[in-house]
Amino acid sequence: MRWAVVVFPGSNCDRDAEQAIRLVTGDAVDLVWHDAEDLSAYDAIVLPGGFSYGDYLRAGAIARFSPVVRAVAREAERGKPVIGICNGFQILTEAGLLPGALLANHHLQFRCEIAKLRVETNDSPFTRLYQPGEVIRIPIAHGEGRYHAEPEVLDELRRDGRVAFRYVENPNGSVDDIAGILNARRNVLGLMPHPERAVIDWMGSEDGIRMFQSIRAHVEEGQTHA
Amino acid sequence: MKQFEVEVKVWLKPSVFDPQGHAVHGALVSLGFEGAGEVRIGKFIQMTLEAEDEQAAARQVDEMCQKVLANPVMETYAFEIRERGQ
Amino acid sequence: MREPTPEEIRDGAIYRSLGLSDSEYERVVEKLGRLPNYVEAGIFGVLWSEHCSYKSSKVHLRRFPTTGPQVLQGPGENAGVVDIGDGWAVAFKMESHNHPSAVEPYQGAATGVGGILRDIFTMGARPIAFLDSLRFGPLDDARTRYLFAQVVAGIGGYGNCVGIPTVGGEVQFSPTYRQNPLVNAMCVGILPAHGIVRGEAKGVGNPVFVVGARTGRDGIHGATFASAEDPEEKERSAVQVGDPFLGKLLMEACLELIATGAVVGIQDMGAAGLTSSSAEMASRAGGGIELVLDRVPVRETGMTPYEMMLSESQERMLVVLERGKEEVAFAIFRRYGLEVADVGRVTDDGMLRLLWHGEVVAEIPVRALVDEAPVYERPVGPPVSSKRASIPEPSHLAEAWLSLMRHPNIADKSWVYRQYDTMVRAQTALGPGMDAALVKVPDLDKAVAMATDGNARYVRLNPRKGGAIAVAEAARNVAAVGARPLAITNCLNFGNPEKPAVMRQLSDAIDGMAEACRALDTPVVSGNVSLYNESRGQDIDPTPIVGCVGVLDGIFRRMPSAPREARGLKLVILGREDDDLDGSLFAELACGEPVGDAPYLDLAAERRLHELLQRIAAERAAVAVHDVSEGGLAVAIAEMAIGAGCGASLAAPDGVRPAGWLFSEAQGRAIAAVSPDALDALLHLARALDVPARVAGEFTDAPCLEVSFAGDLVRVSLADLEEAYRTAIPSLLRQDAVDSRATL
Repeated sequence: MRWAVVVFPGSNCDRDAEQAIRLVTGDAVDLVWHDAEDLSAYDAIVLPGGFSYGDYLRAGAIARFSPVVRAVAREAERGKPVIGICNGFQILTEAGLLPGALLANHHLQFRCEIAKLRVETNDSPFTRLYQPGEVIRIPIAHGEGRYHAEPEVLDELRRDGRVAFRYVENPNGSVDDIAGILNARRNVLGLMPHPERAVIDWMGSEDGIRMFQSIRAHVEEGQTHA
Repeated sequence: MKQFEVEVKVWLKPSVFDPQGHAVHGALVSLGFEGAGEVRIGKFIQMTLEAEDEQAAARQVDEMCQKVLANPVMETYAFEIRERGQ
Repeated sequence: MREPTPEEIRDGAIYRSLGLSDSEYERVVEKLGRLPNYVEAGIFGVLWSEHCSYKSSKVHLRRFPTTGPQVLQGPGENAGVVDIGDGWAVAFKMESHNHPSAVEPYQGAATGVGGILRDIFTMGARPIAFLDSLRFGPLDDARTRYLFAQVVAGIGGYGNCVGIPTVGGEVQFSPTYRQNPLVNAMCVGILPAHGIVRGEAKGVGNPVFVVGARTGRDGIHGATFASAEDPEEKERSAVQVGDPFLGKLLMEACLELIATGAVVGIQDMGAAGLTSSSAEMASRAGGGIELVLDRVPVRETGMTPYEMMLSESQERMLVVLERGKEEVAFAIFRRYGLEVADVGRVTDDGMLRLLWHGEVVAEIPVRALVDEAPVYERPVGPPVSSKRASIPEPSHLAEAWLSLMRHPNIADKSWVYRQYDTMVRAQTALGPGMDAALVKVPDLDKAVAMATDGNARYVRLNPRKGGAIAVAEAARNVAAVGARPLAITNCLNFGNPEKPAVMRQLSDAIDGMAEACRALDTPVVSGNVSLYNESRGQDIDPTPIVGCVGVLDGIFRRMPSAPREARGLKLVILGREDDDLDGSLFAELACGEPVGDAPYLDLAAERRLHELLQRIAAERAAVAVHDVSEGGLAVAIAEMAIGAGCGASLAAPDGVRPAGWLFSEAQGRAIAAVSPDALDALLHLARALDVPARVAGEFTDAPCLEVSFAGDLVRVSLADLEEAYRTAIPSLLRQDAVDSRATL
């Protein structure tokens, strides 16, 4: 299979994602520049972390207008797995591919540490190799990671099992301890933590490996969740 | 075409917690401004704009706010438009 | 506003406001053979400033050893470069941003990080890590808390955004820095050993480009201002604002461009902006440079040549390209959305010539500006006499232990480093909180170790020994994680060099550092001097900061500072045990000020210890190793126990003074946590390298630390130690009225 890692001006976890995918899956990975208009050649798409356009105005606010985001939306529409990590999550919410928004952490500081997450569902292309309720350790590094959504949206997320991950200890004031969510079709995941930083023992955790393996297994099976 | 000066204010919706505003409120009270009520902190955006008339300018600015300058999920906005040199 | 004429500059002594003394002005007139105009006088003023010319320190800096088989590039370039084997090299440098940070802490720190970043990638190196050495006054002061919080936020604000992890450094607090905080930023990058790019304007006729941000009026006279005293009197106009997003694009574009081979020379427009970059690049090539200032992209209208030459707008590079390769460069810069302007060319007449509106507005021999800048042999005062001190034995050792753990110099710094992205690039094998950081070289089984150190108390008490200790400690930290120390960079933060006592501190500290560098085979490959760190006539304690870099072959050999699973592990003290409290933090707290000599140091023993630490890592003879530094054995053991979440029990040798044994800061020591079956191997290694090693105790199931002194027992609960250690800094920083203003 073939992966695309999208690079915006200011992305800075693009090579980390590339490294993790290569290491975990051995698959081909392309770094795709933000002006790309067609991603149909790829089986899975990663929007990596960083500070696209400096995160000026709001995190992700300018990046969402890039041609590549329209292409991402098209492929998501076709049911391909799309994962937005950190800044990628922020871009997906700004672009309306995921509901809600990410605000400044309630303590107003950037926070970097290994966070404990509870896997809330394994019914998704990203989490199928985890156990529901399992606690995993994945690094976080963000200043604007406080998930916010209107009560109706939250009800819907909870009802449909679309909260993918929750923080065991909430590091940023996210509503309902939310760390990552799925779209209605379950093929778009946004999460603040960085699975690509948890794939080798010396990184301090290897719990991110199964996220990439899950995506691969999903694509290999050629199944699309309806 | 006319030249307009535009001032846009963007701030968090009332339903969204504003930690900056909260911290500043605490600071004001502890500095002795006992009467200080809720504080909300936002962004102030200044620009010049060329448009047919004030109505057209307002239409454009409103669209800018909805599309880019504010995120309606968490923010609200207001703006003022003045013709240049007036 | 009309610029003064050459005669007015002379008659009204206007050159003084440009940073030139009377005798320096006379020297300018002599070098030019005429009176300088305003632009020329301004250019001399900044290039002959302490900050750019090192005029007070130069004669002393020459005593540093700067060569060795590992050195690929020594001082004088944008950064030093050392060989790490397998065709790879490391570029690194540390630089101070003390004065800007005192005026505007967020931007001062952020632009410090941005500046040192550009110094690294201009060498052709991909930056892999930042470290920051910070000094502030005590946190009981609201202004200090504001400075501290904002400096940390500024470092994170820039470093996190450009995507380079901040993996280490240190923070210390002392009244000496109350008015004059220190912000020293270090950057480390990796490059192919044959791929070094230098800041040289070579090749007559080659075009010269300005790339990146437009030039505005910001920071004019920043370099001269960095060398002037009293931050409080400094003009606000000198504040520069960093743009990390643009900095990131510049970095990526320049690295891509360098890889094409089209770059002849490249340099950051740092302090003194266009002036220093053009003059220094011409000087290194031994030629000249001609700039057409009308072509410099400006941000503001009506800028004069003087303002353009002295602007310190951030995120600008001066690039000399090989003629004919311009299109390669333009394509890359266009892709990153960066502005580029052809502003001049390389000449062979040895002149820095500036044209504006078709006229020559300045014409100065490059040699006069750079190579013939004044060098001062400033008077050096009498040596500091260091006396041994008598320190009262405390009545309650457990209490003293807790108060050291609570001291902000020792207490947990995670409040600081949680605000830094320590893991971006996904190569961080050991991050902050360890003796040294360890960052992997991508695709190789090799890692770069790095640490910063510097204890002003030791240098104040004994400048020579204190200087040597700074080097020894930084190198020991690198060895503690298993790596081989290779070379150092430094930042020499001192007071007013016009005072003989300060020059004595500087001169002696340099001698001590040089001695340690030779003994430990860690030459100085880059560095920076920051003088005039004083306020209201009061100089800071002499604060040389050392950044050491080393290499570890085989990532599996990395040695953490605390074991993950500690039960049953033996604790072995490596190095000579001591009970002397000279120069210790304990003694300072007991006596109210630093007392005695600097702590014990034996450089030959130090070197043997470093070799032992590398062998221990290579042979996996220990599970964790922690260096003994401020606060002594007691603090080192407590930090390991807290890290492991496990109690420990130790026995002191007979006849030692308990407080001395617990809190002595004698150098050349480390503690190893060793599994019982590896104990013989470890002791054998120590014997072979002639390093004293004593099995002093073990980790236990008891929730406390116990030390027995010939029958007397000192016991502290692990929970109390951890509480003191973890909550000290956050509780001092609890948001108060002034702090929250920082969030605006």
